[in-house]
Amino acid sequence: MVPDFVLRPPTGSYHALNPSTKLVLAFAEAAVAFGVRGWTGPLVVIAIVVATAMTARVGRSLVPFALAVIPLVASILLVNTFLFPGATDVIARIGPLAPTWTGLEAALQATLRVAAFALSVAVFALTTPTDDLLADMERRGLGRRGVFVIGAAIGMIPRMVERASEITDSQRARGLDTEGSRWRRIRGVVPLAAPMIIGALSEVEERTMALEARAFSAPGRRTILRPLPDSTGQRTARWAAGVGAIVLVAASIAGILPVP
Amino acid sequence: MRDARYAYAGTSRQVLAGVDLDVDAGRVVAVVGPNEAGKSTLCLVAAGLAPIAIGGRLEGSVLLAGDETAGLAAYQAAQRCGILFQNPATQLSGTTSTVWEEIAFGPRNLGLDIGAIVERVEGAMATLDIAGLADRDPQRLSGGQAQLVALASVLALRPSLLVLDEPTSQLDPAGTRLVGDALSRFAAENGTAVLLVEHKTGLVARIAGEVAVLVGGRIVERGPTAEILADPALAEHGVDPPPAVRIERAVADAGRSGDLVGLDLAALEMEPITGSPLPTGAPLPTGTPA
Repeated sequence: MVPDFVLRPPTGSYHALNPSTKLVLAFAEAAVAFGVRGWTGPLVVIAIVVATAMTARVGRSLVPFALAVIPLVASILLVNTFLFPGATDVIARIGPLAPTWTGLEAALQATLRVAAFALSVAVFALTTPTDDLLADMERRGLGRRGVFVIGAAIGMIPRMVERASEITDSQRARGLDTEGSRWRRIRGVVPLAAPMIIGALSEVEERTMALEARAFSAPGRRTILRPLPDSTGQRTARWAAGVGAIVLVAASIAGILPVP
Repeated sequence: MRDARYAYAGTSRQVLAGVDLDVDAGRVVAVVGPNEAGKSTLCLVAAGLAPIAIGGRLEGSVLLAGDETAGLAAYQAAQRCGILFQNPATQLSGTTSTVWEEIAFGPRNLGLDIGAIVERVEGAMATLDIAGLADRDPQRLSGGQAQLVALASVLALRPSLLVLDEPTSQLDPAGTRLVGDALSRFAAENGTAVLLVEHKTGLVARIAGEVAVLVGGRIVERGPTAEILADPALAEHGVDPPPAVRIERAVADAGRSGDLVGLDLAALEMEPITGSPLPTGAPLPTGTPA
């Protein structure tokens, strides 16, 4: 019997949804947030995402994701508010700068869209283990090579960060100055990048052979360890979410969506 | 392997220049030799990865469980021969979140049913005594543990030949002991043929029944472990004898020159060379030198 730490039974009703259902919902939310003009699209998406996060009990975990978009949001606010092309409704003159109401409105809408997108992706990421998503994609016909490439790329990120840190430390130990002015830091990238790239390339052949030695190229479908239940209701929900998002965006672009 | 000659793709130089080597079921044959002797290439050829996976030109005959490797697909070779490389980090798939799933990676590739996968994973872990690591993240293991997981992953394919290319070269003494003990136990308990390429002749002395010396792509000496490792010619081939043999010789030299006066030999606490659990030829001198 496959042990529980491999099966990882879901901890709630939203977590228990099929990964594809959660993926389609996240895409639909993102599409509506960006594609529906005005305030309604992003506000409705944020409301849905927050309600989903509460239901899935990942509300607190959204905070770091929200914080992560602050630099982007700040730049959107500044650029739009102060440099919105063609806007004349000046809020106040601050020396050579002239923030406008039009720019501020556009900036706030863009901020809401970015926040809605980031939070919908966050809820998906917090409720769906990568393994489950890949297993489901594999079950739906994505080839094992495709699944491996995606899984390895995701898994590689923390390893590359670790390796970069090790290389930086060893280069510093040999006297490389990687702190200080921007120019110094840029110069420090070269001795960091070269060992990382060369090291990664030199491992490729051994990694490839190790995979071959584990029957990676065997024909047929791989066995999927975890059951990923699906249902008619979920299939219907996926189609409804996907088609609904497309219709809303199309209607909004065509100007026939009666929402502010 | 009969008169096996191999050149990597794009080169004409034969890294293996006519190797004859057999590894019978249940035997551990070690290959030692200096750098650039062709040891890693021998491993790739023996496992069928060269030329199946990496190309190159192979002449002569290489049989895996009776089948010519040249006629096998990589996944077919993988079921006949498992290979373990030096670096444990490159042998883990990097796509699994537990050791259990990592070991199941190969059987899953074969499309085995869940019951068979469970049996193979549990069996491989039990063989190497690593059941305690089952729920650990494979990327968060020590070098020795990671190498054991890589070995278990290979064993889960149930190969009849196991090729080990310096499996302890990147491990510290504790990791080397961990892997060495597991290999020793595995070799004693299973009927799998094992081809071990290893610089650490102390480890070779512990687990191999027979040793071949590879120099310049040719096997220049072959015989029972104890006999080959005690042969003074070993050092001439660029291979360090096991620590016990070196100490034995140092003590003998010191004794001849009178430097042994006052030396407490028992305090050396040398680990005796016990040879292989399998029958070998002439026994190597064992125990504390006297």
